[in-house]
Amino acid sequence: MTVLAEIADAVIQGDGPRVAPLTKQAIAAGIPPKEILDAGLIAGMTVIGDRFRVHEIFLPDVLLAAKAMYAGMDELKPLLLRDGIPSIGKVVIGSVKGDLHDIGKNLVGIMLKGAGFEVVDLGHDVAPERYVSAAREQGAAVIGMSALLTTTMPVMREVVEQVRAAGLAGQVRTVVGGAPVTEAFAREIGADAYGFDAGNAVDVVKGLLGRR
Amino acid sequence: MKPLLARLVAGDRLVGDGAMGTMLFQRGLEPGRPPESITLSRPAVLEEIAQLYLDAGSDILQTNTFGGSPLKLALHGLEAETEAINREAVRAVRRVAGDRAYVCASCGPCGRLLEPYGDVSAAAVYEGFRRQLAALCAAGVDGVIVETMTDLAEAKLAVRAAKEVSPGIPVLATMTFDATPRGFFTIMGVSVAAAAAGLLEAGADAVGSNCGSGIEQMVQVAREFRRHTAVPLVIQANAGLPKLVDGRLEYDETPAFFADKARELAELGVSVIGGCCGTTPDHIAALRAMVDGL
Repeated sequence: MTVLAEIADAVIQGDGPRVAPLTKQAIAAGIPPKEILDAGLIAGMTVIGDRFRVHEIFLPDVLLAAKAMYAGMDELKPLLLRDGIPSIGKVVIGSVKGDLHDIGKNLVGIMLKGAGFEVVDLGHDVAPERYVSAAREQGAAVIGMSALLTTTMPVMREVVEQVRAAGLAGQVRTVVGGAPVTEAFAREIGADAYGFDAGNAVDVVKGLLGRR
Repeated sequence: MKPLLARLVAGDRLVGDGAMGTMLFQRGLEPGRPPESITLSRPAVLEEIAQLYLDAGSDILQTNTFGGSPLKLALHGLEAETEAINREAVRAVRRVAGDRAYVCASCGPCGRLLEPYGDVSAAAVYEGFRRQLAALCAAGVDGVIVETMTDLAEAKLAVRAAKEVSPGIPVLATMTFDATPRGFFTIMGVSVAAAAAGLLEAGADAVGSNCGSGIEQMVQVAREFRRHTAVPLVIQANAGLPKLVDGRLEYDETPAFFADKARELAELGVSVIGGCCGTTPDHIAALRAMVDGL
């Protein structure tokens, strides 16, 4: 097995302690950081995402794989920055104000990172203006909002409206998701897209950015 | 009143209660505030809700302590109130129930994920449940309902904590499943068979499911539980999934529909049939009428 295949395999196994040394080994062997990222870490997470999507594996496996991926990313990040390698897009995510649930949102963040996006995670209980200012300051192309509670869903509308009011419509796209959120709701509040689960969120964001 | 456990063992059929969160929001709970915050500020609201479900025909009334683990309360800065919040929630329901209904402690997930996939140790989660359940049991509940669990390890910690603080207390433990092409699993990957075996191994007296995506799916989950165990079953379903109607969220399963489908639960010999999110006193009244008509 090549070192890149080994990295992918260790991510799939959720074996964080194996990923960091393997990544260092790949760097030492002179493999370009971008290739280690794509053919190692992201390749592993893609397999995890696909298996999760068909319910072959579940949340714990994804969380362990994500920890493993992050262990490798920590090694690569300084090199990617040094080489000026851009991510495929920047996404600001968060659970909306009033909502303290973040498992779903975290899962979306994992899947986005696993697909090569740069993710700015604002955490939970995020006020509408914070999404907008973060998107502006970070130059993000997409704002992703999550809500688990039916009572916090209306905050999503406020975010969409504030993006418009800030003159960012078209430039910053909005995506909504979470257990009680539906496609119809997304349309009603004027969001640019709806993701029905974490895997779908990646496809939707790729679609919005023309990267499908 | 005969002890709850004796009723379960005898194969009696009991009617649970309906949604708590929905009722609290209708009575002014602010989005983002935890339901447990009402307990100390407005206990009369808890009495009102308990009275509505009692009048509707509930045999079991649950306490407003779903998120009463100090780990979860800490997210709202209420950890120091753990004992008071759990104790007063029991007292409010007991004032209404007297000995006309069983008062059962609601114990939901602690809101954190266990190591290694999460960041909190099993010991810390166990200690949180132990603290919550000690307060609940000391206040005098007839049973404990560990509910909406998706991680079997966490559910077992809650069941064990209940049995540690009150060895004789009946513990009913229910998990929340999604339909997948490979059958029913919790989001953490627990099958119905694994849930039944694990919860019983931890000491649960009755097992089953709550929440979910409606009464019809719940009948299938109950059937699956029945295939794997002969112990008393507990099923408390949502009234469907919430839909947006004129800017407001509504659950689409009517009381009549809900009760009619729940008849299949009764036919499967489910011991406790109740409601979860979106179910109202009207749903419970319809369930009561269905059960009484059997």
